[in-house]
Amino acid sequence: MSVEPATVKRVAGLARIAITDAEAEKLAPELGNILGWIEQLGEVDTQGVEPMTAVIPNHLRLRDDVVTDGDVRDRVLANAPQGEHGFFTVPKVIE
Amino acid sequence: MSNLTDLGVAAIRDGVRGGEFSARDVADAFIDAVAAAKPLNAFLVETPYHARAAAKVADDARAAGEALKPLAGVPIGMKDLFCTQGVETTAASGILKGFVPQYESTVSGNLWNAGAGMLGKLNLDQFAMGSSNETSAFGNVVSPWRRPNDTAPLAPGGSSGGSSAAIAARLCPAATGTDTGGSIRQPAAFVGITGIKPTYGRCSRYGVVAFASSLDQAGPMARDVRDCAIMLEAMAGFDPKDATSLDLPVPAWEAGLNADLRGKRVGIPKEYRVDNMPSEIEALWQQGIDWMRDAGAEIVEVSLPHTRYALPAYYIIAPAEASSNLARYDGVRFGQRVLPDGAGLQDMYAATRAAGFGDEVKRRIMIGTYVLSAGFYDAYYTQAQKVRTLIARDFEAAWEQCDVLLTPTAPSAAFALGEKSADPIAMYLNDVFTVPSSLAGLPAMSVPGGVDKDGLPLGLQIIGKPLDEQGVLNAGLAIEQRAGFVARADKWW
Repeated sequence: MSVEPATVKRVAGLARIAITDAEAEKLAPELGNILGWIEQLGEVDTQGVEPMTAVIPNHLRLRDDVVTDGDVRDRVLANAPQGEHGFFTVPKVIE
Repeated sequence: MSNLTDLGVAAIRDGVRGGEFSARDVADAFIDAVAAAKPLNAFLVETPYHARAAAKVADDARAAGEALKPLAGVPIGMKDLFCTQGVETTAASGILKGFVPQYESTVSGNLWNAGAGMLGKLNLDQFAMGSSNETSAFGNVVSPWRRPNDTAPLAPGGSSGGSSAAIAARLCPAATGTDTGGSIRQPAAFVGITGIKPTYGRCSRYGVVAFASSLDQAGPMARDVRDCAIMLEAMAGFDPKDATSLDLPVPAWEAGLNADLRGKRVGIPKEYRVDNMPSEIEALWQQGIDWMRDAGAEIVEVSLPHTRYALPAYYIIAPAEASSNLARYDGVRFGQRVLPDGAGLQDMYAATRAAGFGDEVKRRIMIGTYVLSAGFYDAYYTQAQKVRTLIARDFEAAWEQCDVLLTPTAPSAAFALGEKSADPIAMYLNDVFTVPSSLAGLPAMSVPGGVDKDGLPLGLQIIGKPLDEQGVLNAGLAIEQRAGFVARADKWW
């Protein structure tokens, strides 16, 4: 299967991974090979087959609607690359 | 007294309990072994203080005449995919460099509660994506094994390659692993140790860095079947913090060990005879069949017709789930941030992820993003999940005819580092025998069966019915007793 560098750049954009033109050129045939290989799944007759949703039968549990966790702001922020005044901070997004 | 680092989990537990040696002596022996094994690059972080503290608790409890916990005095290695409170956890990725979890994964917490101590955090393929440990951001793990008269470094398997190398090199008696498509079983086979992936849901995924959530499952790696049973008993159990955790009691697997297979039927799936399988693998498989028969089992040929579609289905489902799971690495809440001059939020995301993720991780995120993107979802992802249903049905049909399945673990012995890294698909094919049972959530283990012409270990895989870890362990024990596998790597490091 042939994948164009432009497609690689579009997918990288969706995945939020910065990519150079040279990297897109290099990745295009790699991804093409992998996608070509997985396309053999198309030959399997899956008419009337339900897609798997749970690998082992299990039931969804409900719990009482009460607060069981929280009050750990500083621990939540402990690994933030940047935090101020008890918040995560990011570059300005509004002009 | 023999060298303490030659002892396994049961021997250490029983020796500490019986007062033959102190837990402190055991911890010190392994701590020294770890410190002296840098060329293997198996450990990312060493935590001698943790192992010594657990040893002290064990020795103090014994001195006070108290009952000892199930793993009292046993130091272990922890795959660096498990969050350990206060100890850096990176999943071998640059993007998590410096991440110090504020909480403990359930599985590691269960092991500490059982009395185990931690020697350190073990290297792995980055985010557990790989079959050779060559995708770690912190360097390859080198197998303790070598070909005769050849110093070329061999792959310890992956993704749990730090775990496999450390156990084979006697740096720890046991370690945790995780298995998404074979990441416990293939590395165990490559270095001549034992490893079991339990039924999906037995071990909590809480605090395990996520790769593909519908497949990820933790399990133990150790030098023999009994040690795996002891470890798994400590690791498994219901956890309300994991929505897919099974709310079932943990069986007494060690007490239930029984290598008498009379009345059991062992299935041999004919589709696992793949093209170009080395004759040594074929011969080992036949030897395994003979051992099963010798243990009293009846051998039946079974068919798993969709086997050949398991790998391509896996390489849609796993990357799709990974692309979703790894969206969390955004440079905002944890891990590394790369903020180019004047960059906005979107550019920061993209620069952070470009710098932090390794090539294989990016490749899988991109594949996953592609197959989930608008217009392709049904053709790829839905079709793969339908094929997954068919693969699970194949196994269900097989269980009408047999109790466990016997196959080789991997299609070859360990390959040299660098030998397959240029061709992603060649690397993916290493998981051809382990992926189908992962897709079906079944318990499966690898036990060493013999060596190839170069003296390198080869493994046999046993796959069991859902929740029948006992049947898997018992069949594994029957092989272990007959294989008499004692080969070990000569120390060169």
